[in-house]
Amino acid sequence: MTDQATTSSAPMITMQGVNKWFGSFQVLTDINLSVRTGEKIVLCGPSGSGKSTLIRCINHLEPYQQGQIVVGGTRLIENAGIIDAIRREVGMVFQQFNLFPHLTVLENCVLAPMRSRGIARAEAEATARRLLDRVKILNQADKFPAQLSGGQQQRVAIARALCMEPKVMLFDEPTSALDPEMVKEVLDTMVGLAEDGMTMICVTHEMGFARQVADRVIFMASGAIVEEAAPQAFFSNPRHERTRKFLGEILPRH
Amino acid sequence: MNGSEFLFLLTGLKWTVFLSAIGFVCGSVSGLGIALARTSGIRPLEQATAGYIALFQGTPLLMQLFVVYYGLALVGLKLDAWLSVAIGFTLHASAFLGEIWRGSIEAVPKGQTEAAKALSLGYVSRMRDVILPQAIKISLPATIGFLVQLIKGTSLAAIVGFTELARAGTIISNQTFKPLLVFGVVGALYFLICWPLSLYGGRLERRLAAASR
Ligand SMILES: Nc1ncnc2c1ncn2[C@@H]1O[C@H](COP(=O)(O)OP(=O)(O)O)[C@@H](O)[C@H]1O
Ligand SMILES: [Mg+2]
Repeated sequence: MTDQATTSSAPMITMQGVNKWFGSFQVLTDINLSVRTGEKIVLCGPSGSGKSTLIRCINHLEPYQQGQIVVGGTRLIENAGIIDAIRREVGMVFQQFNLFPHLTVLENCVLAPMRSRGIARAEAEATARRLLDRVKILNQADKFPAQLSGGQQQRVAIARALCMEPKVMLFDEPTSALDPEMVKEVLDTMVGLAEDGMTMICVTHEMGFARQVADRVIFMASGAIVEEAAPQAFFSNPRHERTRKFLGEILPRH
Repeated sequence: MNGSEFLFLLTGLKWTVFLSAIGFVCGSVSGLGIALARTSGIRPLEQATAGYIALFQGTPLLMQLFVVYYGLALVGLKLDAWLSVAIGFTLHASAFLGEIWRGSIEAVPKGQTEAAKALSLGYVSRMRDVILPQAIKISLPATIGFLVQLIKGTSLAAIVGFTELARAGTIISNQTFKPLLVFGVVGALYFLICWPLSLYGGRLERRLAAASR
């Protein structure tokens, strides 16, 4: 269950009037979004609706052309120092894990803290071991990513991001590339993270996860936010036709 | 062919190896710079290095050696034969290695760069710690293949009077009047260096192919 006490009113992320184009194709249209500290957002919508692009704007993996994004009080502008500073506070987990295949699990976890935060190896390794333990994979610390299952790799990816001690975690369909039997171990890890009060934006179609941890569910279509509501209201009483159609397509499995 | 004649061939071989090593090492250093410039995302840098690569890939190595040797002399820079040849091979190698490594850098999945950026790793760390180790591994078969070409290509240095293995062979052959024997030995010496490298490159290539399956 979501603990409302952990969500304070200070916004961790605000997006105001954000517009983005790929060439002449407008991929994001007038995005307005405010995420409070400790809040958990689930972002859903049909494929191609701009979900990935939206969260990738927050850590500037994608530039945006209009509007304003503020992360942790810092306004995101085209400045290498500012972008780096924001990326230090924002962790991201990808659909394809994107672990570094030539480095062991432990080396994957200590690289960024050492290089980007200037933390000494011993300390970085201690933190990495603690977080690998938390995602229940400490016993694989000296293996290479290719030796792990998909679910294990994704948990390592979560630990790697946490090693930077981010204030926000972005998840881009973290379970979509997994075999069904591995989805749960990753979702459980994410639930644990949510329970510890992490601010999270999760692009996912795991509606059970949304019901369990989300403070708000946001539905996107064609690059715009169509509807947002608490999970209860979102699932039982969707207001827009497109939301109903989308839910009709992904929910009837049970 | 007596012992001292054979020794003369070995001296030529030494210069062949030395010239190959210089061309490869200096060419690697500048080739890395070219590969990085070629993938920098900075338009003028990319275009300039693309032109450089096209120039060296589109002209014969022999021409390149001529141009460096006589061209530099023409502008008043009279260099030692060996120095001018070393410069020629370095330029040649830097263009080819730069192109090989550009391809390898681009062959590393984009998700690797994105993950590194998301972890706030800067350009230097991204390249050194994440992209290049993977790119170099991908490039090894082609890099070794090029090294073999380079070693054999050093025989062209004879044209500007540099006494490497092939020219040493010509000299001995003219002394002994036994061209078949002499060039048989010369060929065997090239083969002894190049063949193990080719074998090694082929093995790496098969291993890479197996790993990517
Ligand atoms: N680099 C890109 N260049 C051009 N179009 C892109 C690029 N990335 C995504 N798009 C397009 O933008 C739209 C939104 O993509 P995306 O954000 O990945 O959607 P989602 O994550 O919701 O599936 C899609 O139509 C996609 O084809
Ligand atoms: Mg997506």
